[in-house]
Amino acid sequence: MHLHKYERIWLIFGISSLVLFLVVLGVGAFYKGTQPPSHLATVDPTKVEEHEAFREENLGLRKVGENDYIVSVIASAFNYNFGKDDEGNTIRKIEIPVGSNVLFQATTTDVIHGFQLAGTNVNMMVEPGYINSLKTTFKKTGTYTLICNEYCGTGHHLMAFEVEVIDNE
Amino acid sequence: MNDKVKDINKDDGKLVMAHMYVAFISLFIGGLMGVLQTMVRSGTFTLPFGIGYYQILTVHGVILALVLTTFFIVGFQFALMSKTVGMSDQQRESAWFGYWIMLFGTITTAITILVGKANVLYTFYAPLKAYPTFYIGLALVVIGSWIACFTNFRQLALWKKHHPGEKSPLLAYMVVINMLLWFIATLGLAATVLIQFIPWSLGMVDTINVLVSRTLFWYFGHPLVYFWLLPAYMAWYAIIPKIIGGKIFSDSLARLAFVLFLMFSIPVGFHHQLTEPGIDPLWKFIQVVLTFMVIIPSLLTAFSMFATFELAGRSKGYTSLFGWFKALPWKDVRFFAPMAGMITFIPAGTGGIINASHQMNQVIHNTIWVTGHFHLTVGTTVILTFFGISYWLIPSLTGRRLTKKVNTLGMIQTFVWMIGMFIMSGSMHIAGLLGAPRRSSYSEYGGSEQATEWIGYQISQAIGGSILFIGIILMVYIFFYMVFAAPKGYTEFPMAEVSENAEPTPKFLENWKLWIGITIALILFAYTVPFIDMLHHSPPGSPGFEDLIR
Ligand SMILES: [Cu+2]
Ligand SMILES: [Cu+2]
Repeated sequence: MHLHKYERIWLIFGISSLVLFLVVLGVGAFYKGTQPPSHLATVDPTKVEEHEAFREENLGLRKVGENDYIVSVIASAFNYNFGKDDEGNTIRKIEIPVGSNVLFQATTTDVIHGFQLAGTNVNMMVEPGYINSLKTTFKKTGTYTLICNEYCGTGHHLMAFEVEVIDNE
Repeated sequence: MNDKVKDINKDDGKLVMAHMYVAFISLFIGGLMGVLQTMVRSGTFTLPFGIGYYQILTVHGVILALVLTTFFIVGFQFALMSKTVGMSDQQRESAWFGYWIMLFGTITTAITILVGKANVLYTFYAPLKAYPTFYIGLALVVIGSWIACFTNFRQLALWKKHHPGEKSPLLAYMVVINMLLWFIATLGLAATVLIQFIPWSLGMVDTINVLVSRTLFWYFGHPLVYFWLLPAYMAWYAIIPKIIGGKIFSDSLARLAFVLFLMFSIPVGFHHQLTEPGIDPLWKFIQVVLTFMVIIPSLLTAFSMFATFELAGRSKGYTSLFGWFKALPWKDVRFFAPMAGMITFIPAGTGGIINASHQMNQVIHNTIWVTGHFHLTVGTTVILTFFGISYWLIPSLTGRRLTKKVNTLGMIQTFVWMIGMFIMSGSMHIAGLLGAPRRSSYSEYGGSEQATEWIGYQISQAIGGSILFIGIILMVYIFFYMVFAAPKGYTEFPMAEVSENAEPTPKFLENWKLWIGITIALILFAYTVPFIDMLHHSPPGSPGFEDLIR
């Protein structure tokens, strides 16, 4: 098929930029390891509390190393369960020191929920039967709102939690 | 009445108009629901009579994304087929049959939503569970559309039989590509609805495989947007050249672009599932790469459009570098509305590239940025082109004239739309970057400072939404005016000819077996392994949750 000369230039330019763009994405994903949240572990959605990560005592924020934390959350309509504090009260807010590495892991006992820490790149889907997870490092202090960004029923817009990133000192 | 006056077979005209009534009534209802949503979300308005936010959101999505688009497109494509390859009595009967099934399905689904038993939004993600008639109605819409597909296939096949050795008319070729795309894509939708949702909602099985249902949905969900876009491309490639007094730049490039859209719009659904668990990121990346292949036919299209514009201008004697730009009929709404849509496609497409970019998706996934994005693509590029088509299609079908008054009103309509959309979609994009979620009713999120920041943008969305609703009222008025009140007379059904300088079209472009074969091979490549993985590593299924939506 014949292509006009200008069209050939246009296509070569366009397709080369496209290839370059895809290479950048690929290097980011496979060399730098920046993959989208795609955890493959499964769990029985009716028995999530039996799973190691989501046992009552493991919910919420846990320090696992000098600078490393794990946050385990059970989502259900219309609330995020971060466990209970030492006095047995429901945790309504967590505080994470700035600069720490945090692994978020979450699952749901009912329908699909979103898990988005507004203003950050922490954004993943939480689906029944699966555990999803995502690692991040908080570089800026501030109050971030964790919101459900996937429709989960009449109270969907009320599903939220507070995460505060605080100074180490 | 004489066919010359009506410019299209009278009976075919009736069939097309039947589709158009549904489309424009849907536009009005869906638009009303849209403006109500923006009002609720601005925090200044509460819905009366116990109507729920998510109920009107479901109506808005279903009626605009599925009903308006499908009826308009099927109707428009029948008009194109009737003009290019003709329609036999038998084909017309089967077309009507498909129409009634689609309409019956639409009404069944609509009633289920109206009584509040299907507040599951138009994506109906399991395990939220709607009343069975919601899914049954949707299945009927799909089945009805398949009858339209096979009618179109038959029309071209019969024409080819009577015209051995001739290449098929360009517009008929394009319609058949779009219907092939639709048929292959809706197989996924039909599979999940018929095999998973209907038995589950009827209580015949207890649980549903959520990830499989989502994967089948998005196997359909992305080509769906190309099913909307390709009819707009038909108008850009083969009708607008005539309106601007030019010719089609190249018949073969137009066909090649359509073939590439067929091949690369289906094996890409994972780019809607980038942040979900249970899918290996390697396969997500492969589908991301395939997604970006549609940039190639998009580049072809952009080139062809501007080449057409320039050639038309030069043939009118404009010689300077950009002088031909002035030669375009800016005051003709049949050109201006689609052109406004075309220009919008530049920011819209850029946003789409961001959305599909593997890692970058995380920044905007399920934020209202995404809503802002598709209100530019389907809500502006596609719909303004459809409006642009209506200005000549409707009067040419009803044997009336496109008057100066309608032209002026249409120009105003286009401006109103662009302004409203700029405000609404613009603030959606910004709020989304700040983290505001899509598909959520008004909420202060427990007094969160971030959420307070979003509310200002939600108010501007309501302002933009209200301006758009004025645009919708105008358009619906124009539609009914063109049907019932415009002066009787002749309106041209514009179809462009191919430029005499264009190269002949190579035969292989009509090798249907080849294109369908490659399409299927790409689908199998992109989906087989991850799909088997999904089935292999399935967690226990989910029971339905119908109480969460009441
Ligand atoms: Cu939710
Ligand atoms: Cu898509």
